[in-house]
Parts: sequence; structure tokens; C-alpha cells
Amino acid sequence: MDENKIGKLVGQVKDGKLSRRSFMTRMAAVGIGAPTAWHILDFHGVARAQSAFAYKPTKAGGGGPLKILLWQAPTLLNPHFAIGTKDQEGSRVFYEPLAGWDNDGNLVPFLAAEVPSRENGGVTADGLSVTWKLKQGVKWHDGKPFTADDCIFTWQYAADPATAATSIGTYQNIKVEKIDNFTIKVVFEKATPFWADAFVGAVGMVIPKHVFEPFKGAASRDAPANLKPVGTGAYKFVDFKPGDILRGERNPEYHIANQPHFDTVEVKGGGDAVSAARAVIQTGEFDYAWNMQVEDEILLRMERGGRGKAVPVPSGNIEFIILNTTDPWTEVDGERSSVKTKHPTLTDPAVRQAMNLLIDRESVQKFIYGRGGKATANFVNAPARFTSPNMKYEFNIEKANQILDKAGWVRGADGIRAKDGKKLKYVYQTSINAPRQKNQAIVKQAAQRAGIDLELKSVTASVYFSSDVANPDTYSKFYCDMEMYTTTMLQPDPERFMLQLVSWEIANKENKWQGRNISRYSSKEADDAFREAQNSLDPARRAALFVRMNDIFCGDNILLPILARTRMAACSNNLVVNPSGWDNDLWMINAWHRP
Amino acid sequence: MGTYLIRRLLIAIPSLLGISIVLFTVLALAPGDPFEEMATNPNIPPEVRMALREKFGIDDPVYVRYIRWLTAMMQGDWGFSFASRVNVDDLILQRLPATIFVVGSSQVLALMIALPVGIYAATRPYSIFDQIANTFAFIGFSLPTFFTGLLFILVFSIWLDWLPFVFRTDIDATGWRWFWEQFKQAIMPVAVLGLFQAASYTRYVRSAVLDVIRLDFVTTARAKGLSERIVVIKHVVRNALIPVVTLVALQMPAVFGGAIVTEQIFRIPGIGSLLISAILANDTPVIMAVTFVFSCLVVLFNLIADLLYGWLDPRISYR
Repeated sequence: MDENKIGKLVGQVKDGKLSRRSFMTRMAAVGIGAPTAWHILDFHGVARAQSAFAYKPTKAGGGGPLKILLWQAPTLLNPHFAIGTKDQEGSRVFYEPLAGWDNDGNLVPFLAAEVPSRENGGVTADGLSVTWKLKQGVKWHDGKPFTADDCIFTWQYAADPATAATSIGTYQNIKVEKIDNFTIKVVFEKATPFWADAFVGAVGMVIPKHVFEPFKGAASRDAPANLKPVGTGAYKFVDFKPGDILRGERNPEYHIANQPHFDTVEVKGGGDAVSAARAVIQTGEFDYAWNMQVEDEILLRMERGGRGKAVPVPSGNIEFIILNTTDPWTEVDGERSSVKTKHPTLTDPAVRQAMNLLIDRESVQKFIYGRGGKATANFVNAPARFTSPNMKYEFNIEKANQILDKAGWVRGADGIRAKDGKKLKYVYQTSINAPRQKNQAIVKQAAQRAGIDLELKSVTASVYFSSDVANPDTYSKFYCDMEMYTTTMLQPDPERFMLQLVSWEIANKENKWQGRNISRYSSKEADDAFREAQNSLDPARRAALFVRMNDIFCGDNILLPILARTRMAACSNNLVVNPSGWDNDLWMINAWHRP
Repeated sequence: MGTYLIRRLLIAIPSLLGISIVLFTVLALAPGDPFEEMATNPNIPPEVRMALREKFGIDDPVYVRYIRWLTAMMQGDWGFSFASRVNVDDLILQRLPATIFVVGSSQVLALMIALPVGIYAATRPYSIFDQIANTFAFIGFSLPTFFTGLLFILVFSIWLDWLPFVFRTDIDATGWRWFWEQFKQAIMPVAVLGLFQAASYTRYVRSAVLDVIRLDFVTTARAKGLSERIVVIKHVVRNALIPVVTLVALQMPAVFGGAIVTEQIFRIPGIGSLLISAILANDTPVIMAVTFVFSCLVVLFNLIADLLYGWLDPRISYR
């Protein structure tokens, strides 16, 4: 479906000839996901449907205790210091953003009175600003009213480099203006198609000015509220021990009627994923556990007990292999895998194509990840509007052999193909993690049958994912022929995610291997597409550009996507949750209830 | 005795310094980054991570960091955790009660089993009781705690559904129910640690008692017509327990240091689990503080054990 057709359909929705729902279905049929479809309608100023999550209880409280197990425990409760998701989850019990993302990529207002749109004048046509109307009558847990000043302060706090906030990336390039006590305007430096970043979702939690004001900048570490949060959320702070336990009680003055359902909330940490799954699914000691990095087979076995279930939530995370087109074995100007070098064999497109044919994605999904992933040929898999319909994957050893034969790679006496004395022998690295090692073995086996010899290397995760400049084994140094890992996509917009495919982000010695393009591959077309997408206010065009970038990298067999990962949580049968792949697990903890 | 004590304490200073240097260098050489989770998160620009590293002084040379750490430590400033930005001493104090409770009770349990069993077995060597006690002792200290811990969870929590396997410090009850809940959740970890320790203690007690029971003064006591009970308790055990007391004193640091594996399995928020999560998060200040406190305790209790030895057995003199 091209831009014109989509435009026509939007027109029909506008005129009331086509229902929103059928528009969404039609979009889905051509591979455009709900979040994108939402964005398309939103851009054209078509009214948005309210996200439907049935909240049954008719009064607040009375639900007893809610017990959550985060086996990686929160260590601090300031959302803007959150080192990982665990800290964001802990903070989310008490703090709220202006709006959160539901699983379909729709914005759901929390502290905002309404979600800004073209229709209500919140989003301007030039994409240079967005105006948020704040909810009135919201009170912080200490009784002070929530106003625009708190949002302004949150921006100043997070954007100040001296504060050392981890959310600085979201706030440093914007300006926030106060229109009145309950209206703020976020001003961007240049046209920003994806405006729903600041004050939205995990990085958007608003902190109270009157509590944090003395602790802005260098004194930020001394704020008592880093460990004793004062938020606006459904639960009030009771007690916190870093890395161990977090307790909250029902906020009787919560701004959403009849919520929350539970009287107390407890978040316990520590241990490992398998036993956490056990405590929820098998013994029922806890109601909810997150991040079930457990083989699906084990989860299925536990589920037979009938007390709980695993909840898969689709996300934008992708497990993929990168083929190195630079030479990892020659040092140039103090670095290997330098863009100045060329890989002796992987620069041959035929070899890369053959490698792609040798990945048995279906088996990897079926036997290793189960519900934890879905085989894919795309780097961008969600939201669906950004997913390319053009890429296909195939597992075909025979075809791989034919391609290599045709390209002149001849099997030697040892069964390994070679041309001009250069053998198809590669080092294939990944982090130490049982499913990954199995995955490596599956690829190695197939490659062997095509005359490619893979040497498997596994690096401890703490080394592999570290930014240690002195260590040669980090994933960003990529000192080997091929490597595999998962990259996460946290927002229902791929702009940041796509930085992994542009030339100015190539990881090298100069940027201390901090650049996000690990593959070191670049193409002028992809660069141009990215630049255009950054400023393109037409969502359909923007989606098309991102799809193009995806196709360049996947089509050239530089990135070999394997699985679109799903986030797994474990949930008691006696609890109703509303999970979202685009926000924290606890994003809607206010509406969790017993069935 | 006084000069001995002073000399030992003076010797302790360079050894602790040496230990801290070794710990610090090993940690500095170990790969890893406290902010590694940010590396794979495309929403956090790398500059943020770089700024944090710089702010926390991670990029300075090792000796600079060591001297900074040492001078701060001398002034009683233990630094703060990179992960939670909380002072390390607060973190340790928060974790101490759970560890002392669990590991302490397991030591008590171990002694309550090991003493009677060991003594009884030694007074009747190679009897059926001795054989059985020996067999169990062998099995007991051959099975690692991570195995028995998982086995207990499987049997008592999952199959029988009797006991909880997640240890909680905030039991929502008062009075007797609180004690009951506390007792219920402590059974498994205490039993796992206690039985393991009891097995090795039993072997020590048995061999110590066997050594003494053959000596001439015991025969003399028997010849005097003393009852067997008095012979064993007053003459044999008193002498036999001297090496055992030292052994127990040397185990005391563990009471404060926690049991890393068991705490992890049962989610006990103790020092051991603090250490392991700090190691996994590359949280250097916490690792340094915990390991350093632990080494101080080892040095201290070694000294106490030596002093106790002399007090219990006046034949040993201090020079």
C-alpha cells in the first residue's frame, strides 16, 4: 500500500465512511501496525479512540496486598537516575508521566487532561511544538497540588548535566514553556515528527518541584527523595531497601476514580528468573514477576500447575547477527575492524547471502525461544507500520551451496570452501547465555554443511556489553567476523533505533566505540533516508523511509535478523494486568485488579 | 599478653593494606562497567554514560582511584553505591540483620547437632551409631548448599507446599503470627546452612574427642570410679573442645559475611546477596566495602581465636 492509498483511506475515515476499526484492520492486513496506523490517523487529525481496558472494581481499595517479584531488584527510586528498567519499574509504582503507551502504541493520559493531537490543537502542523493540558486537582502524596511548574522543573532537572540524569537524552534538546498553571508547551529545535518522548512513558515521569528543587545539579545525589519518592501515583511510599524490598500503600486521594484496587503493594527483589517464575506460576506466593528469561519449555511445564501463566508481550527488541564487512584481524591506526579495511571474504555479497540462508530461524524459534520470540527477516519489527513487507527469510542449505559454487568458492580437501587462498572460516561471537549458545550451534551445523567453518566464541555478558575501552571483546569493538546480540527498541518510533544504521554513528576508536552503528556498514541512501525521516512530518512517508533503511541493511545481508523478541512476564491467574511492550511492566499498576 | 596483642594488631595493619590493594587491583583489572545496561539501550546517548563514568571517577588511573578510596575510608567515608547512589555503610547496615539472623541461627543449629552427635559417636567408636553419624556427615558436607537448597525448595515448597521459599523482611503481622511466619520462612535456609556446617563440625568434634579419650588422665578418672557421664563431660569434652572453639571462632566472620549462594537462592536480603548483586552490577564501592569488611573480620577473629586458645589452654604462652 503506498502513500496515496493510505491517504484515501484516511479521508474515508474522516468522512465517517470507514470506521476506525476497519481502517486499523486494513492497515494491519498490509503490515502496518496499530501504533503506526494510530499515528497516521492522528497526523490527519482524526479523533482517537479511547484505549479500552476494562476496570471492574467499583470502589478503590479492598483488594488486599499485591505482591510483585522483580528478580532484578530496583536499587533506586528516582526515575531520572534509573540505570536500567528495574529502577524505572520501581519508580513507576509512585510516579506517573503525562501519558503512557499501551500495547497498541496508543497514548494513554495519566497526568495530562488529554493527549495532544492536531485536532485539539496540541500538536502544531510545523512539528515544532506540542502543548500539553495537565489534569487539574491532582495532588502529590504530600498533599501539595501538581501544576505546570512541576513539569518545567522536571525538564530543568533532567536536562542539567550536573544532575547526571540518565534521561538527559530526552530533555536536553527541548525547551518547556509554561502557558498557564495547567498548560505547558514543549518546543523543539527543529521539526520533530515523534513528539511523544519528553513527559511520556518510562522517561517521562514527572517529579515534584517542591521536593527536588534544593537537589538539582551537583547535589542531586543527596536528595532523600531518591529513596523516598513523593509522587502522584496510585500507591504511596512506605518503605524501601535498595536491592531488596519496596513497599507502598494505597493512595486514598488518587486522581482516577475507584482506583487502585489493592490496599498495599510489595515489590520484592533478588534471586533468579526461574525461581521467580516458580513463585508466581507454580506456588502462587507472588502475583506477578517480570522479565522471565526462562526457556519456554520450563514455563510450559510450570503452567500445568494452573496457578499462573506466562504473559508474552510483543516488543521491538530484536535478536540478530551482524556480518562484519571490515577486517577484524588487521590493525589500522590502533584499531581492528576499521572502516578503512575490507573483510577478505565477507565483502562478497554471495557469501553474505549464503550465510543468511544458513540460519534455521524456525527451529531456533520452535526449540529454543518458544513464545519468547518470533522468527523474522526484518530488523524493525514493531510497530507494524515500520515493518518492511519486502524481506523474506529462508533456510536452504542447498541454495546456499549453489550460490557459493556459482561465486567460485570451491571446497578444499578439508571440506572448507576457499577462493584465491582465502578460506571461509569465521569467528562467531555472542554473550554467554544458554539460548544463544544453542543458537550458535544450530548456525554452525548448517554452515558446516555449506562448507563454511565457524569458530564459536562466547563472552561473559558483563564484558561483552561493557563500554570498557581497553577490552577487545566488547560487542561494540566487533573484533570478529560475525556476532549476535539483542538490541532493544523502547519507543514505538524507530528514529533512535535507526541510528544503528547511519554512517556518522559508526563505532570506532575516535568515539571510543560509543557509536551506535556496530556493523560499520553504511550507505548513502540509508543516510539520506534517515535525514529525511528525521524531518518528515508525514507519518506514511516517514514509515516508508525507515522501511527503506531496513531493506538496505537486511537486503545486503549485513544484518541477519533472527527473532523479534517478546517480553515475558509471569502473572497469577488471580490478577488482571494490562501489559504493554512500549512502556514499563508496571505502567498501569493503578488499574491492576483481581478478576 | 599485652605486648603480644599490640604486636598482632600492628601486624594486622600492613596485611589489611595489602589485602585492600590486591582487592582493588583485581577489581580494577576485572572487565565490566557499572553502566553497561545503558550500552544496549538506544534511548540513552553514550555521552550520558561517559558523563556518569567521569562524574563517578571511573576513568581515572587505578592508583588515583585507590588512594582516593583509601583516604576516604580512613575518614570513615565508605563511598556510595553506583547503582543506588546510597552510602555504602547504610546499605550494609540494612542487610546486616537478616544475615546475622539466618547465618547466626544456622551456626547455633550446627553446634546443637554436632556437639552431642560428635561426642556420642566418639565415645562409642565404630558402633552402629558412629557409622551412621559418619555416613551422614560425609553426605552432608559433600552436598553443596546450592543443591540442598534447591532440593528443599522442590520438596517443601513445590511438592508439599508447606513452606515459602521467598524470604521477606517485612512480614505483615504482629505478635505470635509474626514469629510463626518468621520461623516458617527461616526453616529452609537455616536448615540448609546448619546441616552443612553441622556435618563438618561433627567430624571435628568426633576426632577431637577421640584424641582425648585415649589419654591416660581419662583412664585415671575412670579408675577413680567416676561415673562415665562425669568422665566425658568434665574431663574429656573440656579438653577436646579447645580446637573446636577455635574453629567456631574462625567461622564467625561468615556470620557477618553472609552465605552468598544460600542467600541468593532463598532471596534473603543479606550481605551475601548484596555482594553478589554488586558484583553482577560492577558496583565497585559496594564490592570493595563488603570484601574489605569481611577481610577485617577474618583478621580480627583470627586474633580472637588465638587469644581464646591461650585462655582455654594455659600451656600455650604468648611470646
